[in-house]
Amino acid sequence: MSLLYIFAAFFKIGLFTIGGGLAAIPLLRQELIGGGWVTRAEFIDMLAVSQSTPGPIGINMATYAGFKAASFTGSVTATAGMVAPSLIIIVLIARFMRDYSHHPAVRSILSGVRPAAIGLIAAAAWFVLTNSVFLMEWFPGMGWFDPKALGLFLFLAALYWKTKAYPVYYILAGGFIGLFLF
Amino acid sequence: MIRELLRLYFIFFQIGLFSIGGGYVMLPMLRREMVEKRGWLTDDELIDYYAIAQATPGIIAINTATFVGYKRRGIPGALASTAGMVSPSLIIISLIALFFTRFQENPLVQRAFRGIRVAVAVLLSFTVASLFKKTVRGVLAAGISIVAFLGVSVAGSSPVPILAAAAVIGLLTGGVREKNAEEARK
Repeated sequence: MSLLYIFAAFFKIGLFTIGGGLAAIPLLRQELIGGGWVTRAEFIDMLAVSQSTPGPIGINMATYAGFKAASFTGSVTATAGMVAPSLIIIVLIARFMRDYSHHPAVRSILSGVRPAAIGLIAAAAWFVLTNSVFLMEWFPGMGWFDPKALGLFLFLAALYWKTKAYPVYYILAGGFIGLFLF
Repeated sequence: MIRELLRLYFIFFQIGLFSIGGGYVMLPMLRREMVEKRGWLTDDELIDYYAIAQATPGIIAINTATFVGYKRRGIPGALASTAGMVSPSLIIISLIALFFTRFQENPLVQRAFRGIRVAVAVLLSFTVASLFKKTVRGVLAAGISIVAFLGVSVAGSSPVPILAAAAVIGLLTGGVREKNAEEARK
């Protein structure tokens, strides 16, 4: 598999991923399994690893698939392909914003978009909550929340409320306490 | 210039390194670094970038990193931020692909991840509450927030049509307000 082909395949996936990493998964499945890069079982493993390692899931998937195809060079090529559409499109938009962000129409549009974006962030928070503390979708027999997770949530929330330390510390604390708690 | 590019690279390297289990956790970290600690962005700018990142092609975390980097130092800044954001993935995933193909099945990893997800839920809840208090003014804006939340988490909509509808509402109501201001001046 040539590097140019790897770059082009992930460029296409990056270009058609709109609205979050989950939107990339059907595209990745089509390209990677359909295109014969990996088997179905390997794809599911890749997805599990990508979700449980640092970094955006889409980038992790690209890195993994690129590595399978052409080792470390393949990783870098696939990731470069995946981010290239972002770089091009966002730089164009950022340049437009620099010149026109004070234009009345742009300001009006953003005044509507900002509260919607906060709603979307709330939806992301809800998604994480329902997959960590409130477990009704995953374990219907276990009640509607996980008491240990809820306890950890309240503990970390109280800690954050009191200390307002750097976010990384709570992630490390959550991971460390999780080792013993669950 | 080089020093500032290196700083962008390492800030986003750190954000990428701790964005575990999805890009959402980026936002509390980005806000702390860019808004609270350094004053490089305002809350409004950060939300604008995040909204645009969701409505345009590409991975949200990468789009946001590119936007912030460009705002600080033009195209070199955009490249430095994006390179920083993807570097931890490149290193860690390559190592896993080489050595630990069953990494995610390790019970210790799974337990740590359950704890990390709870911590991410805490951080995001505080971020949402604080952003809502600071930037949402009035009944219409609060209504847009609530409808956007329900549209994605209950109705399962994609963010794109929601942001497009909010943009139209903003354009129409913003236009009305300006027209009134103009009439008041006469």
